Amino acid sequence: MREQILSIIERNSRIGLKELAVILGVEEIDVVNELAAMEKEGIICGYHTMIDWEKTAIEKVTALIEVRVTPQRGQGFDNIAERIYKYPEVNSVYLISGGYDLLITLEGKSLKEVSKFVSDKLSTLETVLSTATHFILKKYKDHGTILAKKYEDEREKITP
Amino acid sequence: MRNPLAEKVVDIRPSGIRKFFDIVSEMEDAISLGVGEPDFDTPWHIRDEGIYSLEKGRTFYTSNAGLKELKMEICHYIKRTQGIEYDYNHETIVTVGGSEAIDIALRAMINPGEEVLIPQPSYVSYEPCAILANAKPVIIELKAENEFRLTPQEVLDAVTDKTKALILPFPNNPTGAIMEKGDLEEIAKVVIEKDLFVISDEIYAELTYNGAHVSIASLPGMQERTILINGFSKSYAMTGWRLGYACGPKIIMEQMLKIHQFAIMCAPTTSQYAAVEALRNGEEDVRQMREAYNQRRRYLLYAFQEMGLECFEPFGAFYVFPCIKEFGMTSEEFADRFLREEKVAVVPGTAFGACGEGFVRISYAYSLENLKVAIGKLKEFVDRLRKEKA
Repeated sequence: MREQILSIIERNSRIGLKELAVILGVEEIDVVNELAAMEKEGIICGYHTMIDWEKTAIEKVTALIEVRVTPQRGQGFDNIAERIYKYPEVNSVYLISGGYDLLITLEGKSLKEVSKFVSDKLSTLETVLSTATHFILKKYKDHGTILAKKYEDEREKITP
Repeated sequence: MRNPLAEKVVDIRPSGIRKFFDIVSEMEDAISLGVGEPDFDTPWHIRDEGIYSLEKGRTFYTSNAGLKELKMEICHYIKRTQGIEYDYNHETIVTVGGSEAIDIALRAMINPGEEVLIPQPSYVSYEPCAILANAKPVIIELKAENEFRLTPQEVLDAVTDKTKALILPFPNNPTGAIMEKGDLEEIAKVVIEKDLFVISDEIYAELTYNGAHVSIASLPGMQERTILINGFSKSYAMTGWRLGYACGPKIIMEQMLKIHQFAIMCAPTTSQYAAVEALRNGEEDVRQMREAYNQRRRYLLYAFQEMGLECFEPFGAFYVFPCIKEFGMTSEEFADRFLREEKVAVVPGTAFGACGEGFVRISYAYSLENLKVAIGKLKEFVDRLRKEKA
């Protein structure tokens, strides 16, 4: 049941408890308990809203930043990751295999603001060896949702 | 000028859906619950194989019976799901949809005047195809109290010494009814006792919600009497690719192949390459779509229960078949008024046979969001009809 609940609310966290119970063919109380348990266990970490900021009047830029760092003795990457993720403007921090170590996504009001963060805050951290900043120009698909175009039902309206 | 037409064809009634289709098409903002095909796109990796086959210039005919690779995958699939072994070389034909398989099976098996048993409500093409094959269609009216399953007694009552074949349309369109192993064993007994053949249309085989589908061909003594028909349209959301298949005894398949060869040549090549990918790597897609259908099915049954609309629980396909007898109007009147007053299209049960009277088919090949809107309108409509009656 957990996997099913998660796959549904991952796409639609606003679904009602009763409806969730109905479509899964279980009792509402079981859904309530399961959700509470998963929240407590930290499996469900939050309920967010997907927003296409492009369609609003609010200016926002998103950047992906590749960071190479020197791992610290006894700490590995955890310490440096923590120093980075504590900045509220940092959206996500991933430890990555391959050519660099950390991948950061960052949101700012403008290119300038993001650049300033990278040069003032990120690059100056002692263990950071280098950074490479990529600005996102357009989001086609995010969290499994296609933003680029709207779905239209092109089927014949009645078929046997 | 002489009459250019063949009476046999002229006498066939056009599909009952047609008339309705015309009204809906004129309505700009109508919501339809009348579609008999998946709302999902064909999974991308399958489409990609089709595209790749075009890029590679695979635009030739395949052998009449279909690509060897595909026939082998079909046989593997049937072996792993039903435990039946078919010879890909002599017992498998890839067809243009399940529909072609139904047509050529009837044409290959039936002599003029021989009878074919057709349980209804069921898909609209069995009866016309039987007529075109010079068979005499004998309708078996399935009953709501049996959850629209076929009973051995119903077969016995319809059998004469001219009966040659039984069409077995389960999981069923439009009722959503299924036949479980126990039900099929009873039917198989009668089939063997009366020396009949079965044309088993299992196009919805992957869409069952209370356990895996069982084919009648998997029962003892039945493989040699059954043409098993399936395809890619419903399970892999591939309706437009027009691809199905038939498996059966060599002696029948050889004759079916002749008709297929002369009438069709071969099924579309692009579709065949895509279908190989579907059978090799499509199981997870099918599972996900099945789960989505099942969620919608549960939602609809719950909504019907809430509004007090009588409906047996269907365990197959993507249709529910609620009873509308309480409103004292025919299925067609109900569907017509629902469309005009609430702009929602459902299909009258009578489109699938006279015994569909008193029922309408509602498809759940729509997203939950769309279903919710439509069901909200159904509730208003039902409430209004009840008030009118009171």
